[in-house]
Amino acid sequence: MVWQALLELADDHLVLGHRLSEWCGHAPMLEEDLALPNMALDLIGTARTLYARAGEIEGAGRDEDALAYLRGERDYRNCLLVERPNEDFAHTMLRQLYFAALMKPYWEAAMGSSDPVVQGVAGKAVKEMAYHIRHAGEWVIRLGDGTEESAARMRDAVAALAIYVDEMFDDSPAALAAAGVLPRRADLRGAFDATIAAVFSGAMLDQPAAPYAQRGGRDGLHSEGLGHMLAVMQSLHRQHPGAVW
Amino acid sequence: MTQTTPLWEVFIRPRNGLAHKHAGSIHAADEVLALQAARDVYTRRGEGNSIWVVRSADIYASDPDQTAENFDPAADKVYRHPTFYDIPDDVGHM
Amino acid sequence: MYSQGLIGADGRSTESAEFLARFQARIDAEDKIEPNDAMPEGYRRTLIRQIGQHAHSEIVGMLPEGNWITRAPSLRRKAALLAKVQDEGGHGLYLYAAAETLGVSREEMTEELLSGKAKYSSIFNYPTLSWADMGIIGWLVDGAAIMNQIPLCRCSYGPYARAMIRVCKEESFHQRQGYELCMALAFGTPDQKAMVQDALNRWWWPSLMMFGPHDADSQHSDQSMAWKIKRFTNDELRQKFIDATVPQAEYLGLTLPDPDLKWNDAKGGYDHGPIDWSEFWRVVKGQGPMARDRIKARKKAWEDGAWVREAALAHAAKRAARKIAAE
Repeated sequence: MVWQALLELADDHLVLGHRLSEWCGHAPMLEEDLALPNMALDLIGTARTLYARAGEIEGAGRDEDALAYLRGERDYRNCLLVERPNEDFAHTMLRQLYFAALMKPYWEAAMGSSDPVVQGVAGKAVKEMAYHIRHAGEWVIRLGDGTEESAARMRDAVAALAIYVDEMFDDSPAALAAAGVLPRRADLRGAFDATIAAVFSGAMLDQPAAPYAQRGGRDGLHSEGLGHMLAVMQSLHRQHPGAVW
Repeated sequence: MTQTTPLWEVFIRPRNGLAHKHAGSIHAADEVLALQAARDVYTRRGEGNSIWVVRSADIYASDPDQTAENFDPAADKVYRHPTFYDIPDDVGHM
Repeated sequence: MYSQGLIGADGRSTESAEFLARFQARIDAEDKIEPNDAMPEGYRRTLIRQIGQHAHSEIVGMLPEGNWITRAPSLRRKAALLAKVQDEGGHGLYLYAAAETLGVSREEMTEELLSGKAKYSSIFNYPTLSWADMGIIGWLVDGAAIMNQIPLCRCSYGPYARAMIRVCKEESFHQRQGYELCMALAFGTPDQKAMVQDALNRWWWPSLMMFGPHDADSQHSDQSMAWKIKRFTNDELRQKFIDATVPQAEYLGLTLPDPDLKWNDAKGGYDHGPIDWSEFWRVVKGQGPMARDRIKARKKAWEDGAWVREAALAHAAKRAARKIAAE
């Protein structure tokens, strides 16, 4: 179903945007205290449009907030990568690079969507993702080829996130049913690999060899961290059913 | 002793056809990060379409103690201005 | 966001009377002072201290509101709050840069904040206990800040005045988003209305204290006024703020927690009850539940980020070396 495919896409953006927003006020330097919210706002903005469109197509009267705040962790359909905790700046930048390196070609392909709302989002998001690749990529290069400590942290991030990369390219049944509205993720692996290879060579990093691929996000099988994230995010909204904010 | 991250001056061009104008400063380790920081800090509300960054240390400024000798001598050279010359109205616009 | 209650600046100068008179004549002629200009040491010290306190206030000010970003009850509010807290970081950044033109580095100022040597606005030592605090902070705390900051756009020191012009432009959305947030609560469910009244009760007096001690007790005001670093007295601005706020509270149907608040026809403004200055000084000195936590949070961000800043510098040095080698 198209609305479910839009929902999983929206979940990716909201969860990652929320993770980035957790940095606000705690970044390594003031300049990043501004850069991280910029990226978070891009993602939250995209999520809002996608939720609204998903709710509209579903036709059950759910708006963006009903979809974001009133579904539990088993109902969230984001890929596992985006819910990974911030850990440190190396993990955060690598997670961002991975996501943007997939989403830039994804939105490029989605510019030909048969759905006008998706087309509109794509035109905006493709530019945002290009900047996220650049911003996160430049940091991955500096951390990978900086000090001994930063290189060790960067390698640690590469090792930790490696098992979540393959799942990003899975197309759920909902996504496959949305052919024509949304692109196939499986087609985008080449573009992703090229982006990552270019950054990693500048960062003196080896391409990750994942011992296995962890999957489950698109079926609502998450890590424990997502439940805590949603508990925080949804607490106030759920305390006041029906209230307008 | 804390290492200090270099200071950069940021210049933004609001739109094509206008000159870059000083917007403020940021800290960054190199020019690539400086451009990104300038973008993230100074163009969040559509302030421009082009950025220059210059290391603050690379700017040479005139000495305020020399302000008078630098700039006052221009004040009495009125003949450099078009209004110094009287042209009769009959000649038309010139 | 900022309190003009400048704390503990030493405005004394040792320059000759002739130098000071010449400087004062420039100030009186509304000539702006620029970074490389000769200036009395006391002027420089006062500015470094005031701009530093202002910058620190913006940075520490990210924390109380940052406390609710992850719990914002709608996606629209989440985006607005995130953009707002981001702006506060930007304001801190502009202000640190203005102070740096006076010969002090951001790193030095940061270390003074983290060591507890530098002060910041006492308002940020109060906890944010409910979502309504986000609205009240925008409406009252940013409202008070705007009262303070608009005159600072005409401050005699050029870089500070320019930074403030940018800050004020951005700040205009903060108060409106706060008031709009309060409207949603005040006109919402009974629980929401109770939430916003409770927040108003907690933030009203601290907001009034943001303007600093009464003029009679403010030791640094005279010199700062003469140097046109400051253009209105604490009490003048506080009065302006109260007069503007009372009708806004009435519109919301909320009660300001001051039984003595009443219109005074003779002065054309509101009279208010006595301010508890002992509480003000307690909070400024770091008593209360949040002061230690605020500095601890800033310290953690600074220390946790050290390896990132070092890596960026190390990489820059490698890049520079490679560039030279390639030439």
